[in-house]
Amino acid sequence: MPETKEISIGDVGARASVYQDELQGEDIAINVGPSHPTTHGVLRLIMELDGDVITKCEPVVGYLHRGDEKIAENMTYNQFVPYTDRLDYIAPLANNVTYALAVEKLAGLEVPPRCAAIRVLVTEMARLSSHLLGVGVYGMDAGAWTPFMYTFTEREKLYTLFEELTGARFTTSYTRIGGVSRDVPDGWLKKVSAFCDQFLPILEETQKLLTRNRIFMDRTEGIGVISKEDALAYGMTGPNLRAAGVDLDLRKDRPYLGYDQYEFDVPIGQTGDCYDRYLVRLEEMRQSVRIIRQVIQSFPDGPWYAEDAKKIYAPKKDKILTSMEELIQNFMIVTEGPRMPEGEVYFEAENPKGILGFFIVSKGGGVPYRLKIRSPSFCNLSILPKIVPGHYLSDITVLLGSLDFVMGECDR
Amino acid sequence: MSTLVETLQPRFVGLAPRQSGDHPAVRCPAELVLPLLQCLRDEFGYSLLMDVTAVDWEEDTPRFSVFYHLFCVSDARYIRVAIDCPDDEEPSVPSVVSLFPAADWHERETFDMFGIRFEGHPDLRRILMWDEYPYFPLRKEFPLAGIETELPDEEVSEETRAKVLSAPMMGGPFVSKSGAPMSRAEPRAKDQSWTEWDRKPTKEIE
Repeated sequence: MPETKEISIGDVGARASVYQDELQGEDIAINVGPSHPTTHGVLRLIMELDGDVITKCEPVVGYLHRGDEKIAENMTYNQFVPYTDRLDYIAPLANNVTYALAVEKLAGLEVPPRCAAIRVLVTEMARLSSHLLGVGVYGMDAGAWTPFMYTFTEREKLYTLFEELTGARFTTSYTRIGGVSRDVPDGWLKKVSAFCDQFLPILEETQKLLTRNRIFMDRTEGIGVISKEDALAYGMTGPNLRAAGVDLDLRKDRPYLGYDQYEFDVPIGQTGDCYDRYLVRLEEMRQSVRIIRQVIQSFPDGPWYAEDAKKIYAPKKDKILTSMEELIQNFMIVTEGPRMPEGEVYFEAENPKGILGFFIVSKGGGVPYRLKIRSPSFCNLSILPKIVPGHYLSDITVLLGSLDFVMGECDR
Repeated sequence: MSTLVETLQPRFVGLAPRQSGDHPAVRCPAELVLPLLQCLRDEFGYSLLMDVTAVDWEEDTPRFSVFYHLFCVSDARYIRVAIDCPDDEEPSVPSVVSLFPAADWHERETFDMFGIRFEGHPDLRRILMWDEYPYFPLRKEFPLAGIETELPDEEVSEETRAKVLSAPMMGGPFVSKSGAPMSRAEPRAKDQSWTEWDRKPTKEIE
């Protein structure tokens, strides 16, 4: 412990320079995490500080590693659906849909329009729920408590809607290969539309608390600037990439589930700083509401599961109980899994956090030979050692909040 | 066969088209991966490296293949590049971090899970498991339940005499092998040495 020198009281400038001299050359290592309120999961950041400025940052992930890929390679395609809930546990429905689409691509299956509409609807609602958490908790990281109360109230309403549709609030496991687990209940669409009507004014009110808030702007503008080139080089996707100014949205660029029928805009940021990432998420929520309204308006009739895929998904319950053929088929699918063709497919979809991808290598049979999950949070986080140095320690909370990652997905 | 692969083939000797369910795919010799990816990035616009992963082919030779998925932002196209690891015992391929910084964590993960070394990687360490972990979990011979290992911290394991125990397999996953005799094809949990009633043996703390 160095001795303190006598300095005159009131001469703040002099005091600062004295301490500066004494600390010269001493780098302090500091740990944020493994478990920290701003990391939204189990993430450890080992940082070296020079005074208050970070000179080096090393993220450590892996605390939540559960071996999801190994598990997938030891169970049938249908059995893995509940595990996809646990990846991005903020938006499980979007994960379910992406996984089902990947397996359907392998099987060469087309889902009927009603099923596609339901899937678009739940994906966009999942996006709302994810961004509501992202924006609300992000405000809290910057020191604003009230927006969080608003957004969480809205999330609760969404979860009530999810519960009515899927039977579960958080771990929905809603999709099946070739369809969804059940049709929308009577009157549910009206409730969704009513939710949208009351949601937009509340979103307006929430953003009034943040968007022109001097403190919030001072803490986020110019912080964590990610250039277009860096964002691409580090493989960032989703709102984080779009905030950096890259126009990449798979819903527009490689439309799946009939996204090309719906009108919506893709918000693009200009500076790629924390403030832009917030604005992009805010606008994406409005666009999601726009899509939801269009889906409800043109909601098609018909079956909500693919009828021609006899060997892929389990037959309907009433048929299993009355017909021998269907009973045998059900038994085979339950014990051995669906009969998949051989091949390699890679499917990616635009999820709330970024682009979620599944790479499936099949050798036939009901179990994937290799299933690789390309998780957006993992790729988004790998840029941290590049952008963190040069910031103050207090900027870290805002920076992490703006990236909006989920560690369950990062570590898989 | 895709036209892209046809244009690439005369420039890179040894490049072969690969069977694929969706996107154009090439199989490339390991030493050509750097020039090939650089060409794809600079001349064909595949600027976003989406994914690096590997597949363990178990009994086939070569045993390991490394897969790259590249994405072209302007045209929204994918290409899959597969390279076979020349050596089965100590697999290694060139690292592409110098071209795509995104490969950094992906390659560390592939090394962690499969034990494939990426030559030229700036900082090849484990990323998901702890540093001293002796196994490669995504190799096919590694059991689903895991293997009993020492705790990562020596001091803690000396003090507690506890170990990382293998996971309970009661309750799943239940998958039967098609084509096997009925007695073996019957779906069963993979470890039935303990049940809800017959408790799992744990190390007692002395």
